Amino acid sequence: MATSAAVTIAPTARVSRGLWHDAFRRLMRNRPAIVGLTCIAIFVFGAVFAPLIAPYGPTVGELSNSLQGPSLAHIMGTDLQGYDEFSRVLYGARISLTVGVIAVVFGLIGGTTVGAIAGGAGGLVDGFLMRVIDVLLAVPGILLAIGIVAWLGHGEIQIMLAVGISYSPIFARLLRGSLLALRESDYVIAARSMGASPVRILLRHMLPNALTPLIVQATLAAATAIIDVAGLGFLGLGPGDPRIAEWGEMLTDSSRFLQSAPYLIFFPGAAIVISAVGFNLLGDGLREALDPRLKR
Amino acid sequence: MSTVVDLNGESPAAEGRTVGPPPAADVLLEVRGLKTYFHVMDGTVAAVDGVDFQLKRGETLGLVGESGCGKSVTSLTIMRLVDIPPGEIVAGEVWFDGREILSLPMAEMRKIRGADMSMIFQEPMTSLNPVFTVGNQIAEAVKAHRPVSNREAWNRGVEMLAAVGIPAPERRAKQYPHELSGGMRQRVMIAMALSCDPKLVIADEPTTALDVTIQAQILELIKAMQERTGAALLLITHDLAVVAETVQRMAVMYAGKIVETGTAEDVLLDPKHPYTQGLITSIPSNVPRGQRLNVIRGTVPNPFRMPAGCRFEPRCPLVFEPCRDFDPPLRTTDLDRRAACWLHYPPSERPTVSDVAVPSAPVRTERVGKR
Repeated sequence: MATSAAVTIAPTARVSRGLWHDAFRRLMRNRPAIVGLTCIAIFVFGAVFAPLIAPYGPTVGELSNSLQGPSLAHIMGTDLQGYDEFSRVLYGARISLTVGVIAVVFGLIGGTTVGAIAGGAGGLVDGFLMRVIDVLLAVPGILLAIGIVAWLGHGEIQIMLAVGISYSPIFARLLRGSLLALRESDYVIAARSMGASPVRILLRHMLPNALTPLIVQATLAAATAIIDVAGLGFLGLGPGDPRIAEWGEMLTDSSRFLQSAPYLIFFPGAAIVISAVGFNLLGDGLREALDPRLKR
Repeated sequence: MSTVVDLNGESPAAEGRTVGPPPAADVLLEVRGLKTYFHVMDGTVAAVDGVDFQLKRGETLGLVGESGCGKSVTSLTIMRLVDIPPGEIVAGEVWFDGREILSLPMAEMRKIRGADMSMIFQEPMTSLNPVFTVGNQIAEAVKAHRPVSNREAWNRGVEMLAAVGIPAPERRAKQYPHELSGGMRQRVMIAMALSCDPKLVIADEPTTALDVTIQAQILELIKAMQERTGAALLLITHDLAVVAETVQRMAVMYAGKIVETGTAEDVLLDPKHPYTQGLITSIPSNVPRGQRLNVIRGTVPNPFRMPAGCRFEPRCPLVFEPCRDFDPPLRTTDLDRRAACWLHYPPSERPTVSDVAVPSAPVRTERVGKR
């Protein structure tokens, strides 16, 4: 069955340049994925060029200017301190995107290391590591992250570690599962029959073939990571410095004025939703692009 | 890697075994009394249960038998690629090139694999790694065994692709497996298996997954490459026609045992064992048009409940008194002919029911418990 699926992938007449190239072409044909990619690109652009785009600094404002509605001078209004909300949303993208993405990278590094050791070594090592993962999975991710931030203290690095650790079990599980399936695959047995060492088989034959589900999962995790980071900020476990603009903390700060200044909660909330949806759409697109069997 | 780590689909060395004397120098591969069992949920399967055969340097041997008779497990045991557990090499010796390889350390075994003995697999569609170019994969196999530069290894890959008859090898080497047809991929597998000039090539049903016209080409190629390199060939197949065309000698396997050996011509033209006779008479072209085809009645015995005597006894048309209780060992019938059937023993050497001793170790059929 697998073979027949493999046969049908190769379309007739085309210039083929490897799996990644094909996947990229498929991704570019996927409209929702393009929308997601555009959302992310806008936020990345805004974050990178925030000092150039933002009309004000993130902490520039007069208290006399507090809680102004949207106007030409302040297109998203001003907050309690009189800071420009639009500028803060832009600067907030820096924190939310970098912390979210780096948290996922931490999770990937930790998770794939554990998963590769477990799936590659098997036996007792596998059993032990998977029980540890089971314990981590038993605790809800956000609760685990809260515990870690409470333990490590406030700060961006702490949030990245906390969210990263709470995501690593998923990656470990995913990679281990792929590796176990690949162990029995014909080309791994063939590589073994050519005298390749176990480490070489793991690194060269198994890991590259187990990467695609990880890439998809990581993109989808970036979406939830942004929400989780904002969630930590909302719960008062954000970067700690109130001058730093962070979407989650902006939500907390504005929640008190929900009735008098609803725009204050609308804009950072919309930023969180749009960036999370962007990563989700891109993740789904990647899943379809990287797994040709899903192609219609 | 520590000892806790399991060896990832490789069979660890059987330790503390005493082995017999090495075979003669012209014997490349000798398998003696090999037993590979699998311990599974429902009990123990004796996939290979006392297999003996010999392969001289440069010789070609066909190992024939129907699905599940243990031919593939035999080859995987020789390569030490059986997963342990659930597998277990219960007994036996495998002598390869003057060394008993079942007791070699894993690292030594890895040096032999790919360099001195290599394997061609049944499924060319899935036996190549999809994420690397084929040239890359052959080069990697070369680099694993020879102190060569990347460039030299790549050139060797291209050279091998040319040798197996792939047109435009420089261009093909840069292609990925999914860009090649099944026949092409099998050629790549053959190129890879032969890239380090092995002394023994094991081909496990190399043509089963290919269509008939390509089958002939691939067999032709394997034969030509074998003659050119002088490697010995162990061809595993269930196809008697393939055996007739390709190999010098053949061994017929049934239910984990070898029942008959001899030159391919002798065995095919004058089969001694009733099972081989049954196989050959059931070839459709041997039956006149319009008549019913010959069959071997019954089915292969349940691996958990092997017959106590000869394993072919429940299906054998020539069954007689000793067959039910005693399993016949292989016996030399003619020069270079051996068969495992009581018919070929003189009456004085046939056991009778009064003999208490059972000649062959009984197969464990009950659950052996957790291992």
